[in-house]
Amino acid sequence: MHEMSLAQGVVRILEEQAVAQRFTIVKTVWLELGALSHVEPEALAFCFEVVARDTVASEARLEILRTPGQGWCMACSQAIPVATRLDPCPHCGGYQIQVTAGDEMRVKELEVE
Amino acid sequence: MCTTCGCGNPDGPPGGHHHGDEGHDHAHDHDHGHAHDHEAETRRIAVEQAILAKNDAYAAANRALLAERAGLALNLVSSPGSGKTTLLVRTIAALGDDLAIAVIEGDQQTSQDADRIRATGVPAVQINTGKGCHLDAHMVGHAMEQLFVEAATGTDLPGSSGRVLGRAPQRTTGTPASPGLRASPNLPAPTRPPPPGRSGAVPLENGILFIENVGNLVCPAPFDLGEAHKVVILSVTEGEDKPLKYPDMFAAADLMVINKVDLLPYVEFDVARCVEYARRCNHAIEVLQLSATTGAGMDGWLAWLDRERRALLAERKAALQAKLSALDAELG
Repeated sequence: MHEMSLAQGVVRILEEQAVAQRFTIVKTVWLELGALSHVEPEALAFCFEVVARDTVASEARLEILRTPGQGWCMACSQAIPVATRLDPCPHCGGYQIQVTAGDEMRVKELEVE
Repeated sequence: MCTTCGCGNPDGPPGGHHHGDEGHDHAHDHDHGHAHDHEAETRRIAVEQAILAKNDAYAAANRALLAERAGLALNLVSSPGSGKTTLLVRTIAALGDDLAIAVIEGDQQTSQDADRIRATGVPAVQINTGKGCHLDAHMVGHAMEQLFVEAATGTDLPGSSGRVLGRAPQRTTGTPASPGLRASPNLPAPTRPPPPGRSGAVPLENGILFIENVGNLVCPAPFDLGEAHKVVILSVTEGEDKPLKYPDMFAAADLMVINKVDLLPYVEFDVARCVEYARRCNHAIEVLQLSATTGAGMDGWLAWLDRERRALLAERKAALQAKLSALDAELG
């Protein structure tokens, strides 16, 4: 369950920010998770609750923003939406696709006190 | 000893990170107490930081160290039991006399895989991840330090079955096949003890470092360890639809090795369909078929290793030549 490591990564970022930006309580965390990122949002939310205990984020609410996947079809030479890694090009039905966006896993914004 | 990140080392490099919350003293002589109440002030902060930024920074450090110390580094990923260790043992038997090879083994428990590798005569470090399901770049950085520094100084690891890194109870099982970490017989012994840290001798120069990840087709996918390529190994006993079930891993890999092809007559496994599935999630993935047990198809694997190693060395040569030209120009 690599979501545990990812959740620890999130909390580590929050603790670093707490020192740098001088706050003691995180109220809300906005996470950006691409549709093609290597993470199950529900599993990450569960792990976050566990690892955030006794930290600046113990009361934090997790808001997950899903960003859509995008790719470039080499056969059609055009940008296409990509919902999953296994989707064919909606125009030609082929798989000559280079993913260009949608694998982000980012802490975007915080609401703090 | 940690020159990768300075952890556990009071003389570590600046910028090193901290493990947990080490107790420390403040030399404060002022009062922390506030005589008045603040109205809790809520504010928003833009962060925009990748969750894996830390891992990626360690991976970049590993890559830089590898560029100094080794030729090619590969991250081998697969389900448990696909034959990764058997493939490595056979690869070492084929190449070990001509090329420096070292192995980092990742498993939740035991040093059995590292023992198997060490029995072939090449250095191996075992990382036990305990409850962890994947290797990360920080763990691999430590293992690399151990390989590069201790192999270079010819230091045998304490304990008869070698040192095991990790968070788990460091229990090793079985009878050790060979004394701890030792340099490959083809490596020149250092004539004098190298200075500590990164300036030590080069046990793996232009050779290959194999990182055998924890057997798991899911969790290792997003973690960059500093490798040149992820290589996914799929054995024919696992079923041809693995790329459809675990597309992230096949998307992250540059090469798929279909192993145990000697068993193809006895199992239902459509190789062509498997390749088609893999290319649905990764149109550029290369494919090799082999049997690490019988040796069938090993030539293709060895040729791939040679090609990739040479490509990397050629890249480094070009970079050095560019540097040299710049220096020439500078000197007129």
